[in-house]
Amino acid sequence: MASAYEIYQEKILDHYKHPRNKGELEGASHRGKESNPLCGDEISIGLVVDGADRIADVRFTGQGCAISLASASMLTERVKGRTIDEAASIRRDDVVEFLGIPLSAVRMKCALLSLQVLRRALGLPPEGHGS
Amino acid sequence: MVGAAKMLLDVPAIKADFPILQRSVRGKPIVYLDSTATSQKPRQVIDATADFYSRYNANVHRAIYELGEEATRAYEGARENVAAFIRAKSANEIVFTKSTTEALNLVAYGWGIKGPLREGDEIVGTVMEHHSNHVPWHFVRDHKGVVLKYVGVTDDGRLRIDEYDGLITKRTKLVTVAHVSNVLGTINPVKEIAKRAHEVGAICVVDAAQSVPHMPVDVQDIGCDFLAFSGHKMLGPTGIGILYGRSEVLEAMEPLLGGGEMIREVHLGSSAWADVPAKFEGGTPNIAGAIGLGAAVDYLGVLGMDAVREHEVDMTRYAIERLATVPGLRLFGPDDVRARGGVASFTLEAAHPHDIASILDVEGICIRSGHHCAQPLMDRFEVSATARASFYVYNDPADVDRLVDGLNRVREVFA
Repeated sequence: MASAYEIYQEKILDHYKHPRNKGELEGASHRGKESNPLCGDEISIGLVVDGADRIADVRFTGQGCAISLASASMLTERVKGRTIDEAASIRRDDVVEFLGIPLSAVRMKCALLSLQVLRRALGLPPEGHGS
Repeated sequence: MVGAAKMLLDVPAIKADFPILQRSVRGKPIVYLDSTATSQKPRQVIDATADFYSRYNANVHRAIYELGEEATRAYEGARENVAAFIRAKSANEIVFTKSTTEALNLVAYGWGIKGPLREGDEIVGTVMEHHSNHVPWHFVRDHKGVVLKYVGVTDDGRLRIDEYDGLITKRTKLVTVAHVSNVLGTINPVKEIAKRAHEVGAICVVDAAQSVPHMPVDVQDIGCDFLAFSGHKMLGPTGIGILYGRSEVLEAMEPLLGGGEMIREVHLGSSAWADVPAKFEGGTPNIAGAIGLGAAVDYLGVLGMDAVREHEVDMTRYAIERLATVPGLRLFGPDDVRARGGVASFTLEAAHPHDIASILDVEGICIRSGHHCAQPLMDRFEVSATARASFYVYNDPADVDRLVDGLNRVREVFA
């Protein structure tokens, strides 16, 4: 195998140690919260959506592993300034792509936790875990 | 360092009995430290199961032909084996289920929901129980309107025994407790708790999933009314669990599953049940599982449960000592190795338990991470998850050394 530690790339560790858009969002218009039933980790996302259906601001809080928190950090970066439709078009494969690391079925749930929270906040059905 | 001479088990010889421990994982020799979740199986158990299917597979208790007799003999022989292993008075006090969970649910249904409980009666549990010893009692509360109460846990992971003074009252009908915590490793004083329950006329239910595999357990000495455990955590196959019930309470309890095997006679619209334990074993049982469990009991019997326990005390002492050298590591549970089983739950300041487990996995080391089906206990310690290493007969100090090296590697990655 290549590197033994290929899932803990610099990019993942950087987002884990220095998460973007982390903290409570005052005056959020949309909120979502989910936990990973396998481990009890929990992420909340708050969004401010403006009159043009654009995500003016987004922040997340919660606790979790490097994969779930890095994923949340990257996801919030991605949706900030986008429309709701654009955010809704982000799916499982997109998360896998921007994380850019191999994920086992169990770790996939960590990776997708923030996407599920975002979809819940926007009133969208949950994303499937299957491949 | 634990000297080889001090160890009561011949670990290299034991390891050689476990085919899975001969394989490598991710190019490294396997270090299996998750026996609390499920144990590995020695060749003797695998062979006993295969032998049943290869040589005498038949349904039990019915077939007149030779194969059926052999199968019934082996199945009932396993029951005798288990009864002797936990010192039950009679094999009729041993009910085969599919798991500890099913065994506890059988009591919750047969004794709780269908039994004598009334609204306002009380059940006393503890904060350190596995979910399988919480949720069945939620069912009972929802059906019967009983009140659930819980004994708390100290900072060093022991039950607050003095709380029983206030919690056990004349309204208490059932007291339930884990013999050994699957997270903290704490060994609870079940004999004393059973005595307290009996003082007010309550019954005592012990979740022994983490004790029977690891130490001598004598149900008559404990004096409990029910005791539940699993085959797969004690070197046996998955899908076979055991409910021990003191014969008086077992006789009075209602069955959970109706069907074949469990009846005396059936007419349209009515049926009469078989005697215990058959009354509780509706449907074709897990015959191969029971036979495999019997072989596991034999295997442990040859090692000797006192020796198994002493080995785990040595392993735990060494593990606690070595884990203390890892900066930022917080170990849960009692410091006294005599007060705990071979379980070491911990967190690392630098990394989440999932990340610890992922990196150790790359090193060929199998540990558990998560809430361990004990979320109320996680809440008590204000953590969402812990990492957990657990030890059994096939582990040696070198496994602990690999664990500690792996944890230092985790710290490097997250530095």
